[in-house]
Amino acid sequence: MDKDWPLYEVFVRGKRGLNHVHVGSLRAPDDTMALRNARDLYTRRNEGVSIWVVPARDITASSPDEKDPFFAPSGDKVYRHPTFYDIPENVPHI
Amino acid sequence: MSFDNALGAIAEDNDEARWAFGTGFHDPLAGVDTAVPDGVDRGDLASYCLMLGDDALIMSHRLQEWCTHAPELEEEVALANVALDLLGQARLLLARAGVAEDAVEEARRGEDDLAFFRDAAEFRNVRLTEVPNGDFAHSIVRLLLFSTWRLALLDRLRASRDPVLAAIAAKGVKEVAYHRDHAALWTIRLGDGTDFSHARAQRAVDELWPLTGELFGVHDVERRMADAGVGVDPSGVRAEFDAVTSEVLATATLRAPEPEPPRLAGRSGDHTPALADLLAEMQSVARAHPGATW
Repeated sequence: MDKDWPLYEVFVRGKRGLNHVHVGSLRAPDDTMALRNARDLYTRRNEGVSIWVVPARDITASSPDEKDPFFAPSGDKVYRHPTFYDIPENVPHI
Repeated sequence: MSFDNALGAIAEDNDEARWAFGTGFHDPLAGVDTAVPDGVDRGDLASYCLMLGDDALIMSHRLQEWCTHAPELEEEVALANVALDLLGQARLLLARAGVAEDAVEEARRGEDDLAFFRDAAEFRNVRLTEVPNGDFAHSIVRLLLFSTWRLALLDRLRASRDPVLAAIAAKGVKEVAYHRDHAALWTIRLGDGTDFSHARAQRAVDELWPLTGELFGVHDVERRMADAGVGVDPSGVRAEFDAVTSEVLATATLRAPEPEPPRLAGRSGDHTPALADLLAEMQSVARAHPGATW
């Protein structure tokens, strides 16, 4: 048996935040305790109103080796970027 | 919204509402109307606040002793959080005791006087809070028994005729509900875990259970405060304590011993030698440098 508890990634939604944001990781014996640990580790200073915990092993991540084929081709597609518009000041979160 | 750092990303500019600013740090009851309601005996109210405050203070200290010793980093922070919650309750209750025992403001003892300059026999905490830490299971089972009992008390204390006590209880209920939940989850995992963890958890239950009789003994002060609508009669929370603990222990496959007869010990200042040892450490700095601030 692995002596270490499994690793979890923690996502917190702030009081007025729109989406959950990755804030860090922790170890816990199971999902329920991971949520408790996240509460104790990452919301001590009034940061959050909602927490997600995800077992790190369940996250499929892109690899640094694939950086160029993955991301470089989008760099010069200027027509995909909404830079031709004036954004009204009273429209938040764009 | 910045994604450069995690805290910045979940907070927003000018998000000052999330910070607990330092006002009132030196006086836990700053800004509160601390007048004692008409017809309430000041001496009894002071003694009663000391009982509940000392429970929180001593329990907090035992939990603080886990700092740098907890089995996992995550659990260390969790236990420290619980300890800090209880220390906050102790500060409020000791400050309330100081106000109640002396109507003259200048003559009052403050929270520090009460925490650091009383001897063991003057403390009113139950013995369950003072016995030394054992292994992790011991502390978890102690926290389960203590917070189950305290949550039941605070829940009823919210209806106190003393508005300060009622407000302290209302704040404490939210905190202690989490403590009980944390302890229950761990008790279930230890009891229904491996043979080794089960044996440790059962040993903790067997060791700590004899101290539960004291939770339901009714001191004269508690009886008078309950009759006056200010305090809670601890004998009245026994059914809730038994129901919660028996459910958790059964789920954890642990055996609950027979109910202990109610008795008085710590509430009358009758403590184990462990309390004097605890106080010697807790009070040493304040007594070596009286009046010092930092």
